[in-house]
Amino acid sequence: MVDQLLQLSLSGLATGSIYALIALGFVTIYNVTGIINFAQGEFAMLGAMVLIALGPLGLPLPLTIAAAVGLVTLVGAGMERLTIHPARRASTVTLIIITIGVDIALRGLGLLLWGTDPYPIAPFTPGPPVRVGAAVITRQGLWILGTTAALLVVLWLFFMYSYRGKVLRACAINPLSARLSGIRPDRMSLVAFSLSAGLGAIGGIVMAPVTLASYDMGLSLGLRGFVAAIMGGLTNPAGAVVGALLLAVLENIAAGVFRAAYKEAVAFLVLFLILLVRPQGIFGPGGAGRGGL
Amino acid sequence: MGARVFVMLWALILVLGVPLGAGAQEYRIGFVAAITGPASSLGVPERDLAQLVQKEWDAKGGITGPDGKRYPVKIIIHDDESKADTTVRSVKKLIGEDKVHVVIASSQSPTSLAVIPVATEAAVPLISMASSHAIVTPIKERFWIFKTPQSNIHVALHQVKYLKAKGLKKVASLYVNDAFGDDSRRGLAQVLQGTGIEVAYEDKFEQRDTDMTPQLTKAKASGAQALIIHAIGPSSVLITRQAKDLGLTLPIVHNHGIGTKFFIQQSGPAAEGVIFPIGKLLVAEQLPDADPQKKALLDFVRFYETPQRPRSTFAGHAWDALQIAGMALGKVAPGTPTKETYARIRDGIEGVKNFAGTGGIFNMSAEDHVGLDERSMVLVRIEGGDWKHFPPEKW
Repeated sequence: MVDQLLQLSLSGLATGSIYALIALGFVTIYNVTGIINFAQGEFAMLGAMVLIALGPLGLPLPLTIAAAVGLVTLVGAGMERLTIHPARRASTVTLIIITIGVDIALRGLGLLLWGTDPYPIAPFTPGPPVRVGAAVITRQGLWILGTTAALLVVLWLFFMYSYRGKVLRACAINPLSARLSGIRPDRMSLVAFSLSAGLGAIGGIVMAPVTLASYDMGLSLGLRGFVAAIMGGLTNPAGAVVGALLLAVLENIAAGVFRAAYKEAVAFLVLFLILLVRPQGIFGPGGAGRGGL
Repeated sequence: MGARVFVMLWALILVLGVPLGAGAQEYRIGFVAAITGPASSLGVPERDLAQLVQKEWDAKGGITGPDGKRYPVKIIIHDDESKADTTVRSVKKLIGEDKVHVVIASSQSPTSLAVIPVATEAAVPLISMASSHAIVTPIKERFWIFKTPQSNIHVALHQVKYLKAKGLKKVASLYVNDAFGDDSRRGLAQVLQGTGIEVAYEDKFEQRDTDMTPQLTKAKASGAQALIIHAIGPSSVLITRQAKDLGLTLPIVHNHGIGTKFFIQQSGPAAEGVIFPIGKLLVAEQLPDADPQKKALLDFVRFYETPQRPRSTFAGHAWDALQIAGMALGKVAPGTPTKETYARIRDGIEGVKNFAGTGGIFNMSAEDHVGLDERSMVLVRIEGGDWKHFPPEKW
């Protein structure tokens, strides 16, 4: 039983890292603009599919990954400029509905470009899985955990110590003061969307070798990332990451210890419980208020 | 005034045109397959095959009717997107509007089961390309329904023979949560009765699931000595890959849902060593010359296979269905089908004897609307990215 739990937890950590990257996208955009970006999951899908589409170019893998992440970041920026920015005077609800529209459009685009087939991609480094006590983690799983950990460190340094990062936080804390200080929150909205798109893309890319990439992989990822973001009160990145890992491990345990059918219910159950019991998130609100455009 | 005349003329043309189309001196076959959706690895080869057969029939001028003249055949192809609702809609349209003589539908067990009431109510013969035994049983309620793939129970017979020969006593049975997976695992449980082999662990997963590690972890912990997987498409690939990723060294035995290169291509190195019972098509060249199916299979390979279009047992099922339909159609006059026409076509299908198709040698009867038994299959092992005939001598 303990062995089983260890294995389920380890697999859960890997899956949870992907949810965490998507959740951070939600949190970043929400913090800076007050919008919940329901197209977040599709950035992961695009990252994976673009990576596979660029495969035939025969470039070395790091270059292909960088190109794919770059392209999806541009898509995120494009989304902001083309659909959010023109509507920036509209109410938040309207903007959220716009993101739902973009989500559907991007998924439709994925279907048109790549059809319904799933596409495989080789793990980044070949080789047998690695033993951790009685459990096992695949090499790709290590890539997932490592990439997420590295990204978290980079993001933390960015937000805490870089000028741009502090500017983003300023917009989140108080858009009026930020504007008075010469910062343009609508410019920062562009940065937030681009950053979230890049994060989502990386998530989709490291995950694709494990689960195959298909045009509809973004839907379920977006949902899980959203629930994880809610577990962080939508504003606290640390809460979102911990929430994501917790959610994934809980899903695995529900499926592994009980019945596989329960896995689907876990995300909704957790969402329901969090909103009922602790809507401000498991760690409470992030060090900021809610942003705005 | 001018506009009204124009509209009336159009209405007249349409009213006259529609019955003209349905009465055209041709045979019409409705063909529904899962060209998109999770079962597309089944539906796409089936669709490709149907298009090839259409070209062949066009080139010959069609099928010979009862009066000795050749009449054109039109195969109307629909995509049911792997969804039962769409299958039902497509079949209703084919019967009601297109007035087809016979329906071939569909690629999957759940979608085929969904259209059984439609065909039965309309009293139109239907040939399914799916494998669940429930499609043709109970025979009293399946008067109009036939199928061409071997049944899951035949598959189980082969799987259990192998397990017994290897002295394996405990297995884990993992199945996709739909009518196909359920029928397949029940078949296995049924055949295992009285053999002393125990199903140490049984669980299911969804067609669209991407993470089967919980089920695999429990399977590993159960002490099973072999993994029996009942799945098709992406889920069959993912569970195989993840089994290998988890470091499972148990023999992995699939059923005939993986009879396509798609499985090998997508599973990569994880496919190595996978064993499954399948129609003889995949290893046609490796069969002994005395095998009664070998010639028909090699003919089919020549007909269908190209470097871009590797052979697939699913294309085989479609071919068998179309050939059987063609044989039955040749006994009735073309044109708008009547109740009498449908009944004669149905009788024609039921009367098929000794037809060497790709799935086996078909002998249909009033009690058996599949017409195959387990002799139609062999065990195949995936080695070096290809299918290798795995006869008992090599076990």
